Amino acid sequence: MKPIDLTINTDLARRILTGFIRSEITRMGFSRAVIGLSGGIDSAVSCFLAAEALGGQNVLAVRMPYRTSSPDSLEDAQKVIDATGVQSLTVEITPMVEPLFQRFPDMDNMRRGNIMARQRMIILYDQSAAFGGLVVGTGNKTEILLGYTTLYGDSACALNPIGDLYKTQLRQLAEALGVPESIRRKAPSADLWAGQTDEGELGYTYAEVDQLLYLLVDQRYTPQECIEAGFDASFVHKVVDRMRRNQFKRILPPIAKLSNRTIGYDFLYLRDWGT
Amino acid sequence: MRLTLGLAQINTVLGKPEANLEKHLALARQAAQDGADLLIFPELSLTGYVLQDLTAAVAHRPQADDPLFQPLLEASRKIDLLVGFVEEDTRNRFYIAAAYLSKGEVCHVHRKVYLPTYGLFDEGRFFAWGDAIQAFETRFGRAGILICEDFWHASPPYLLWLDGADLFLFTSASPGRGLNSAPILESARWVEHINHAYASLFTAFVAHTNRVGYEDGLNFWGGSTVFDPNGELIVQAPYFEEGVTLAELDLNQLHRTRARLPLLRDERTALVQRELNRILTSRTSGR
Repeated sequence: MKPIDLTINTDLARRILTGFIRSEITRMGFSRAVIGLSGGIDSAVSCFLAAEALGGQNVLAVRMPYRTSSPDSLEDAQKVIDATGVQSLTVEITPMVEPLFQRFPDMDNMRRGNIMARQRMIILYDQSAAFGGLVVGTGNKTEILLGYTTLYGDSACALNPIGDLYKTQLRQLAEALGVPESIRRKAPSADLWAGQTDEGELGYTYAEVDQLLYLLVDQRYTPQECIEAGFDASFVHKVVDRMRRNQFKRILPPIAKLSNRTIGYDFLYLRDWGT
Repeated sequence: MRLTLGLAQINTVLGKPEANLEKHLALARQAAQDGADLLIFPELSLTGYVLQDLTAAVAHRPQADDPLFQPLLEASRKIDLLVGFVEEDTRNRFYIAAAYLSKGEVCHVHRKVYLPTYGLFDEGRFFAWGDAIQAFETRFGRAGILICEDFWHASPPYLLWLDGADLFLFTSASPGRGLNSAPILESARWVEHINHAYASLFTAFVAHTNRVGYEDGLNFWGGSTVFDPNGELIVQAPYFEEGVTLAELDLNQLHRTRARLPLLRDERTALVQRELNRILTSRTSGR
């Protein structure tokens, strides 16, 4: 199979993304940002970009461990805090989510994971009000396309600087920004339960799926053309189906049209309206 | 003859013409002081770009009693201005338009002919299509205006060339896209490529003013350029940065270039017309 080049110019990405953060936060009347810092590469990149855009003192990084969270995650998050000079806060979510887990003892990992992701969202949005900053998102293009995210949980944010970068590209940007090596090297994980890894759960590697998504989405290949380009047919169908099934996570809920002018259909304004 | 062009590579407030007007007037004053003869603003410079349902609310008519154009026409007594706006015609159709103002008069208005309605673009949903491509006289010779997608098509610059334009004034609100390993975006590379080509093919001056800033997730990349009749880059504004860039044009370069390379003299317009007629009227050869 012909290798697919996902190389990006990281200087250019950095320039556009820091400008984006600055513009979209200041025109809403804010000068500060709040970020959930997990210790993973995605939130590290968002944090580096936000600190560069707004100044470290204007960024609040919030660590929100659960009792089973890996201690490495806290340490790695600390490295980001130290490197960027952002303000920080640690809020343990265990006492907040455990009562709900106990109320429904047969809860599976997915339900628990979703509750944890949404609890973190609640904390971030509360800190948004307390700190006077907008929540900067940490979801990349790969996970958004695959729907590997919790609706109204980790996907909730006011703006997302990294949502048009595949994980593979994000790694390049992370290196250019100086994200510590221990963060860049470890296996990506939502860290919702012990031993969880993204690639274990998805069933394929980011390197593989990013190449396929790039052909399907960016290059507008049909699934059949992807198979002809050398991708395994069942892998292609699995990914295409996953993308389709998760469209609901990428759009606002549909509003049933009754009037002549309905939000979402013919009431069309950018968020930056008037700014 | 020399002409000092100013490329006003600005950011805009979305849907607030009065706020953008202030910036236009301030930059016009400054550019006139700095010796510029003509200041070129980007596409929709008075309104912002992704207007959607704001379109009708920000529309104006380029005439002396219009509250937006009255002060701009006043400013044009000191410096010629090319401004971008939403024009509402007498029958209430809305156009993406650019007006050339000089000595208190509206010299020319160009209505965007090609409205991109694909990919991230949705102009055809909100705007009417312009229906004319005409060169016009300025203090510095004959010029022509095209707006963004207009010059992604080869025919509008060609028509302006035949209509006598030696000075091509292009404006854009070009969203940056196509990040790869190259140091500039694909959209920037493409626009620079064709501006360069038009200057070379038409042995003319090609000035392009693009905007900067963001609207939601869209970035505008700036990088405004002026190419001379030899296809040489005279000046390029920085990418992504707001500011006015001045370019000194030696209009006698037209004489020197066309003495060396008489592409305009040799252009066989009657042949073009004959072949176009054949192509467009024949059922079999029209493609």
